Amino acid sequence: MTYTGSCHCELPDAAATEALGARLAGACGDDGLVVYLHGELGSGKTTLVRGLLHALGHAGRVRSPTYTLVEPYELGARSVYHFDLYRLADPEELEFMGIRDFLDPAALLLVEWPEKGAGWLPPAELDLSLAYADGGGRSARLAAAGARGEAVLARL
Amino acid sequence: MIVLGIETSCDETGVALYAHDRGLLAHVLYSQVALHAEYGGVVPELASRDHVRKAVPLLREVFRAAGLASGAVDGVAYTAGPGLVGALMVGAALGRSLAWAWGVPALGVHHLEGHLLAPLLEPEPPAFPFVALLVSGGHTLLVDVAGVGRYRVLGESVDDAVGEAFDKTAKLLGLPYPGGPELARLAEHGDPARFSFPRPMTDRPGLDFSFSGLKTFALNTLHGLAGSAQDRADVARAFEDAVVDTLAIKCRRAVKATGTRRLVVAGGVGANRRLRVRLTELMQELGGGAYYPRPAFCTDNGAMIALAGCLRLTAGQAEDLAIRATARWPLDGLEAPAAG
Repeated sequence: MTYTGSCHCELPDAAATEALGARLAGACGDDGLVVYLHGELGSGKTTLVRGLLHALGHAGRVRSPTYTLVEPYELGARSVYHFDLYRLADPEELEFMGIRDFLDPAALLLVEWPEKGAGWLPPAELDLSLAYADGGGRSARLAAAGARGEAVLARL
Repeated sequence: MIVLGIETSCDETGVALYAHDRGLLAHVLYSQVALHAEYGGVVPELASRDHVRKAVPLLREVFRAAGLASGAVDGVAYTAGPGLVGALMVGAALGRSLAWAWGVPALGVHHLEGHLLAPLLEPEPPAFPFVALLVSGGHTLLVDVAGVGRYRVLGESVDDAVGEAFDKTAKLLGLPYPGGPELARLAEHGDPARFSFPRPMTDRPGLDFSFSGLKTFALNTLHGLAGSAQDRADVARAFEDAVVDTLAIKCRRAVKATGTRRLVVAGGVGANRRLRVRLTELMQELGGGAYYPRPAFCTDNGAMIALAGCLRLTAGQAEDLAIRATARWPLDGLEAPAAG
């Protein structure tokens, strides 16, 4: 995948990670988008998704999808699917869980551990990496590919 | 009435036969049976969620184990949710179709209701009402159980489930995933006085849990260490102590708030030794008792679904021909069977 635009930001605490998720929600508008989320355990991937979902109007809990593999959300007319592929032993397991039912171009797909689903996932339009920074905070790097991804990155 | 129960909500494929007057007749879980011959070889890892291939051999096995002719049942219960919808659909389609073919009623059962009622599979079951702590890789809940179908969720995790926090912290400690039980073994060698981890959400009223922060706390603690075997054991011990302490504090509150004398501990984390010791002591102190299903009925299984289905079907509950599978299904939304 060739990414055509990128940016970088510092996230001093969990609130900043949630705020980035909320900004991403705003930048997506009403379009669908495929977002890959990279980062080690505890780097804040689910925290970022929590910020995004709350900004889209989800009032309830945001559970980690590690166990269930996917947590679906219906927010107004929009479908949001939060995947965590950490437990996949083989990417083909996505076929067994019915991945194609989730690949709606109008849906927002948030995929943690996308490398575990290589070959069975649509390509990322936005690739977001979280990493530990000195001093206990996190840093985020965003890269865009394709028209929808670039438009979202520009709005961010 | 004999009921066939089918569980396929996540990774495990479980089937069981339960009789209202004789109790559990037989239960089999995919991992318990040597099915290799039926598959013509080793089952590939990628079939771990392929319930389709496992269900029929398991069904044959359970009828054989119970000494019953195939289909000699009076009802079928299947897990209808919550869970992974594709996995649920396998058990739901199979269960509903078998019931139709056999001319018996079928019922979609709530997965967590199965877990809550699992202690009734034991020789000395708790009487209603009781408080249930359900702790597993996917769930962390405290529930007030007044009777079958009469549940009130008192508290739950706002982020990671407790089993998931165990598994992820184990990974941070260099243990294989999922490594909750290995973490507990490592903690046996740990010094409980070296590190003090927070007890999340215990400094405020309420019965909700949060375990995501403990994982991060473990990580930050590890970052400042050389990572020796003793360091890792000490972190494991501090983590386990924090989890056990937090669960015990919330259980004490829940038991006091409801006025019940009985605490049921279900789910895979309920097998944790230190947690069992602690909660047994807690209930002795409070003048009551703690109840644990055997380990095979703590984790996902078909027996709990057959039992829950039997309790509802004998009360006259049944459904139409629709195949039910629901990814989200609030436990609070269940109703008691009319005659129950």
